[in-house]
Amino acid sequence: MTQSMTDAAVGPGAASGQGVEVRLEDLRREYGPVIALDGLSLTMAPGEMVALLGPSGCGKTSALRLVAGLEEADAGRIVVGGHDVTSLSANKRGMGMVFQAYSLFPHMTARQNVAFGLRLRGVKDSDRKRRAGDMLELVGLSAQADRFAHQMSGGQQQRVALARALAIQPQVLLLDEPLSALDAKVRVQLRDEIRRIQLEVGTTTLFVTHDQEEALAIADRVGVMRAGRLEQLASPTDVYARPASAFVAEFVGLTNKISGPVQGGRVQVLGTSVAIVGTAVPDGPATAMVRPEAIVLTTDDGAGGDAPGELGTVLAVSFLGAISRITITLPNGGSVIAQLPTSVAAEFPAGSSVRVSVRPDPVPVAPADSPS
Amino acid sequence: MAAAAQSAAAGSPDISTAVDARPRKGGRRLPLAWLGALPFLAYVGIFLILPTGIVVVGAFVGPKGGVTLENVKTIFQGFVFDSFVKSIELSAASSIIGAVFGALLAYAIVSGHPDSTLRRIVTSACGVLAQFGGVTLAFAFIATIGGEGLITVFFADHGIDIGSNVWLFELPGLTLVYSYFQIPLMVLVFLPALDGIKPQWREATDTLGGTGWHYWRHVAAPILWPSFLGAALLLFANAFSAYATVAALVSQGGIIVPLQIANALTSETGAVDAGLGKALALGMVVIVALVMTGYALLQRKSAKWQR
Ligand SMILES: Nc1ncnc2c1ncn2[C@@H]1O[C@H](COP(=O)(O)OP(=O)(O)OP(=O)(O)O)[C@@H](O)[C@H]1O
Ligand SMILES: [Mg+2]
Repeated sequence: MTQSMTDAAVGPGAASGQGVEVRLEDLRREYGPVIALDGLSLTMAPGEMVALLGPSGCGKTSALRLVAGLEEADAGRIVVGGHDVTSLSANKRGMGMVFQAYSLFPHMTARQNVAFGLRLRGVKDSDRKRRAGDMLELVGLSAQADRFAHQMSGGQQQRVALARALAIQPQVLLLDEPLSALDAKVRVQLRDEIRRIQLEVGTTTLFVTHDQEEALAIADRVGVMRAGRLEQLASPTDVYARPASAFVAEFVGLTNKISGPVQGGRVQVLGTSVAIVGTAVPDGPATAMVRPEAIVLTTDDGAGGDAPGELGTVLAVSFLGAISRITITLPNGGSVIAQLPTSVAAEFPAGSSVRVSVRPDPVPVAPADSPS
Repeated sequence: MAAAAQSAAAGSPDISTAVDARPRKGGRRLPLAWLGALPFLAYVGIFLILPTGIVVVGAFVGPKGGVTLENVKTIFQGFVFDSFVKSIELSAASSIIGAVFGALLAYAIVSGHPDSTLRRIVTSACGVLAQFGGVTLAFAFIATIGGEGLITVFFADHGIDIGSNVWLFELPGLTLVYSYFQIPLMVLVFLPALDGIKPQWREATDTLGGTGWHYWRHVAAPILWPSFLGAALLLFANAFSAYATVAALVSQGGIIVPLQIANALTSETGAVDAGLGKALALGMVVIVALVMTGYALLQRKSAKWQR
């Protein structure tokens, strides 16, 4: 492996563009009584970027560290490009890792940091200098090559960390919340840049985040984790539009929880019978997860007695640019958030009476007594 | 203190107008802040600058007044010069031993859990022991490994002469005694540097293909080196200016510079040589100033890395 990397490092271009398939098979990891990973399985296609998303403590970092070899699996296998690497130590796996923050070697310049992995591989001085220069150019930091970490912004430091990880032409790129220490604007900018670079080098990438917007924006597929296992692995659109479970629906995007009875595999939501996605729910009272944009509002002219829906009162309208969110209180005390184009929302000023119903798209449902 | 100064200023129209009259740029806060620092500056002036000035000037004044270089020349001669050599040897030996063992102990401490009871106990013990010196420390050693000490007698009973009657009062013995406060001081001074080492650096080295040796050789050692050296210099200065421990152990003669100063100022023959005393003190001031400049430079270097 060292040999091929050295060759590649000497050769032209930034990277091979050949990602490898990565399989996590039934990974388990426990810390004392805490089960961090409870049979996590996940297959990443060559060159694919998967974002692992989930609440704090669900095992995202553990999964990443197991893949990197920084932590040992209690059970399960990690297969990279057809090779079982489960028992290899971290320094033999050839993985590029970007940490949350403070990972640059403080006594080295940006260029020396990027070249460090090549230095460990015995790449000739001139070659590794050139390659470090190329990598810094890739992340747009050629001008800062001779700066130390303390002379760079957080965003710049993370770019250098990315360049350092990519310089060794890793088989897999692992990023553990690389943007969470940055402020909002830089975060969005760097997120797009990471994606651009990842597509350019074509390295299979696992990106851990607890920020759903980030995950949906950057990844080919999003893996939503819960308590040490994958709840759903699908494209961003699917995770959002067709959440596999109530947990996913609630964790990703804004969701209305509306109670309604389940019968024969359908749920009755605000007067409309809707199909259920994901796991089947037994007949009886339940909670449907409805996206704000799936809420339908019609002006209450007092005549529509047989139209579906319930009557509610507009509590507040918040203007978010092209769209607006309207909060409606229902007679039973619950409230519902609807999302409409701002031009349409103008028809429902605060205090007005509206008829609330839902689009008949399938929704995920949780049993009524379930916590989520 | 600054707050007190400020309220005093507010209550006194004179001062506040004087302050207002200053140019706007950078005006208002600085003078008041300085006012707050006044007691401290006065303290430093009276107890540090003034004595140093007296020493510096006095070193060049002859017994009958008038400028002379004789006092300073004496430093480089005979037993006076020897005491400087002894002082430097003792300080160097005890600071090297203190630095090495202190660093190892500090490393052992940070390897454990950051909130562990052991760590709290060891650091508080170090805080106390680093101040442990003088007659108490001298007595502790005499009572254990001195001529009639507990351990000496124990070995003597078994037919072994540890010979501490001789070496305890020479360089090896003094170095051992000094290590007693040098090692704990090193722990206190070096712990923050070790705490500043980020686990990510180790893991980054790992994932980049490095071994433990690579990590120590290319990352940890270069980062810790300035702090280590700086701490060792601090230990040197600490040992160099120590007085009471050796004074209590060694009753005759002046084997280290501070004892020479004491001799010069309180000669049993009544011949007090204040000029020589001041010249000796000047020599110490110069050496400590050099060492502390080195310390400050190294600190500045390592501070940049430890955020
Ligand atoms: N070294 C460790 N020792 C003990 N428990 C640990 C250790 N590392 C992780 N855990 C526990 O394992 C579980 C999963 O942790 P992990 O760091 O993987 O979560 P995460 O999804 O990355 O969370 P976050 O979003 O907060 O970073 C948590 O309950 C955590 O407390
Ligand atoms: Mg984490």
